[in-house]
Amino acid sequence: MAVAIFLLVLVVGSVVFTFVSPWWFTDIASNWGTIDTTVLITFWVCGVVFVAVGLFMAYSTWKFRHQEDSRAEYEPENSRLEWALTIVTTIGVALMLAPGLIVWEDYVNVPDDAQEFEVLAKQWTWAFRFPGEDGKFGTVHVRNINVDNPFGMNPDDPNGADDVLINRNEVHLPINQPFKALLRSNDVLHDFWVPEIRAKMDAVPGMITYFWFEPTKVGKYDILCAELCGRGHYTMRGEFFIDTQEDFDSWLAAQPTWEQMQAGISPKVYSALARRGREVADTQGCFACHSLDGSQVVGPTWQGLWGSERQLTDGSSVTVDEPYIIESIREPAVQLVEGFAPVMIPYGADLISDDDVEALVAYLREETSPEEEAAEE
Amino acid sequence: MAQAEIPYQESMELHHPHSWVTKYWYSQDHKVIAIQYGITAMAVGLVALVLSWIMRMQIGFPETGAAWGITPDIYYQSITMHGMIMVIYLLTAFLLGSFGNYLIPLMLGARDMVFPFVNMISYHVYLLSVIVLLLGYVLPGGPTGAGWTLYPPQAILSGTPGVDWGIITMLGSLAIFIVAFTMGGLNYVTTILQARTRGMTLMRMPLSVWGIFAATVLGLLAFPALFVSAVMMLLDKLIHTSFFMPAIASAFDAAATQYDGGSPLLFQHLFWFFGHPEVYIVALPAFGVVSDLLSVHARKNIFGYRMMVWAIVAIGVLSFIVWAHHMYVAGMHPYFGFFFATTTLIIAVPTAIKVYNWTITLWRANIKFTVPMLFAISFVITFVVGGLTGLFLGNVIVDVPLSDTYFVVAHFHMVMGVSPILVIFGGIYHWYPKITGRMLNDTIGKWHFWVTAIGTYLIYFPMHYLGFVGTPRRYYDNVLASGGESAFYPESAALLNAGISITAFVVGAFQFLFIYNLVVSYWRGREAGPNPWGATSLEWRTPQTPPIHGNWGDQLPTVHRWAYDFSVPGEKEDFIPQDVPRQA
Repeated sequence: MAVAIFLLVLVVGSVVFTFVSPWWFTDIASNWGTIDTTVLITFWVCGVVFVAVGLFMAYSTWKFRHQEDSRAEYEPENSRLEWALTIVTTIGVALMLAPGLIVWEDYVNVPDDAQEFEVLAKQWTWAFRFPGEDGKFGTVHVRNINVDNPFGMNPDDPNGADDVLINRNEVHLPINQPFKALLRSNDVLHDFWVPEIRAKMDAVPGMITYFWFEPTKVGKYDILCAELCGRGHYTMRGEFFIDTQEDFDSWLAAQPTWEQMQAGISPKVYSALARRGREVADTQGCFACHSLDGSQVVGPTWQGLWGSERQLTDGSSVTVDEPYIIESIREPAVQLVEGFAPVMIPYGADLISDDDVEALVAYLREETSPEEEAAEE
Repeated sequence: MAQAEIPYQESMELHHPHSWVTKYWYSQDHKVIAIQYGITAMAVGLVALVLSWIMRMQIGFPETGAAWGITPDIYYQSITMHGMIMVIYLLTAFLLGSFGNYLIPLMLGARDMVFPFVNMISYHVYLLSVIVLLLGYVLPGGPTGAGWTLYPPQAILSGTPGVDWGIITMLGSLAIFIVAFTMGGLNYVTTILQARTRGMTLMRMPLSVWGIFAATVLGLLAFPALFVSAVMMLLDKLIHTSFFMPAIASAFDAAATQYDGGSPLLFQHLFWFFGHPEVYIVALPAFGVVSDLLSVHARKNIFGYRMMVWAIVAIGVLSFIVWAHHMYVAGMHPYFGFFFATTTLIIAVPTAIKVYNWTITLWRANIKFTVPMLFAISFVITFVVGGLTGLFLGNVIVDVPLSDTYFVVAHFHMVMGVSPILVIFGGIYHWYPKITGRMLNDTIGKWHFWVTAIGTYLIYFPMHYLGFVGTPRRYYDNVLASGGESAFYPESAALLNAGISITAFVVGAFQFLFIYNLVVSYWRGREAGPNPWGATSLEWRTPQTPPIHGNWGDQLPTVHRWAYDFSVPGEKEDFIPQDVPRQA
């Protein structure tokens, strides 16, 4: 009896939960309403089967519970029943598969009028590239990547000069224009996903993957990384804006092209120690998480770092000086800046020697102290 | 023909033990080896249970978790080790190493496995693989945190926890485990094909043996793919070959510049060529065992035995051509989607037939709600949910919005976490009387059942809906990095996660009650007698309970009928064991 009640409550409870719970798809902001439809078809077919099987079991466990004077029926097989169930199941499966494959065909065939943009994923930030006025992307290679060329642009490719580069976790697209997202990764697997768009695809190092969609609702949405990409995976977020065409045009016009970015890289004069510190920063990968241009990525930016006041997670604040920087390298979690996750590993003496830390401090002093910048201008 | 009637093991030479060590440690008795496998798998399973508490603590209560010292590294290491332990070192080892070893010779009327010495070595190699796996915890850098799928490049690059030693011990341990499995697996297959007693035709074998047989064949064909991918990744890690590693610009790993030309997708194909059959390596023995539990305790023959056998075979064959449904959004050529969605949904048909036949077995039965039966029934309903949600994820376009969300977590826990574990519990309650001669305590067993069955459903059913919302899996913290509430993680979702975590703590704690029952009943349990459930298969017909080394007396039993002669009309008893002759 208890088992029958358990099964009955389970079936009824699951159905009720489905209708009263607040958890369902976010409002869609793309053309992929057809995906939602295939989910709903699957949901209804499966829901009916679940209820039918559950209620059948509840009834059987109540009706046919053990009684001393009763015997079970002896019926090894019933081929008519078995074939009937097989055929009904096959029909149910086809009902779900057919619309699924039709929509999938839509998903893999990009419309001719789709424009392209590139998503560049790397631990644990996003960057974006538009092809510029010529409509052609310049070629790229990971071997070209350094802090001044974060996209790995091929300097000899003229198609790349007008490519628009957005090296931060933010991208805008215009409404009602199909886009083909070209996905690229510098290091490990990532996955570009905006839940409201529904579509997603992994970014795989060594190859270009793609999917397409058409934004249909103006707004601001979250970009998530949906493929585990290391200890900072959960911090790999971004902002995705769907704009009107005018807003998008003016936003895009304000972003630097590769040509402009190269022109803006000013050769700066450093001391020998600071130059070595810069090499340490490059080889240790500091720039993966700390920017020089003020953009907040995984870690706090280094722009204007030296001598600045930083708000810490424990509510106190600290002035950035040599001891604080050294501690932030050796034991980064001790005085953590407010708003950042404790994902940086402690760089002990086995990873960065004391000499290298000294060089790094010298570099940070010369690169990021406000007085020096003022003096230069 | 006369020759064929002498069973292979009628007069088998057995290596009888001479000391405690050869009886309980270096034993060649399949029953002792089964218990060794079982105890080791349960011990390592408890490690996985504690790891699940760590991650549920962090997911349900992120601030407290962080305050208690759960860092992103510990979180990712916990999910990785939890997943790998559960899939390989608990489920595979228990269902095949323990159930397989115990049941195959007894159910088939054999004296032992065909190669008892290899069987003994198999367990000790398995034990070694567990030790190597856990070594990750004491070596510098800790165990790997690459996720149980171990996808390169991140699995061997410095942005992931455990790249110093953890990934090496993980891959090494897997390779060792596969060696152990191969030794055990060859034994199971050979024994089933060669050592059946008189009259035990293939179509008279209990479905438990059929499930174990099919799963072992799958394992022997699928594990080599994992073996080579483990070796290739080890080479990539240790001597910088580039099987899976393309040209990389890693911010965290200066050595990454040495790689060029490899393919991360190649690893995924190899991994899932193993990984999908692996789902059935776990599921098929569970299917078989639960069929027998349902039939015995419902006092009714399993419905549609022949269809059940063919369904097992069909699922086994099809399981090799569905692997890329794990890779719909991995970046492989999108046209693969058409093929793999079709094959995946086709496999639903034989699977559904099995579910129907289990439920029809209950129809007009005479159901005894013993503890094994309770677990068997809750398996069926849990498997229905887990199987149906597989139709979402298997249908390529439906998978797109749900992939990498909590829907996936809910699905695979229902279908290959909770379901097989419910069968393992049911099986232990069912066969413990034969193994020890004593019954497990019924009251504790019922408490264990109700908390586990209701609790796991409360944990995993609502989790599907987090997936619809878009909550991504494998996030250390959903709130911190987005700076508060977000569309994919509303405040209600955080509340739900806290509730799920509390339920998980309670359900986990009740598993210790089960362990207590296992230990105490060994001394205090009620005497079971040879056949407490009134079952028909041969393991209940041994001259001694527990069976001694060699299982049978001077002569092996002779089989006259299938294993499901329950409630035969006109018979006095409601069961007829397989070795009872038919009346002329």
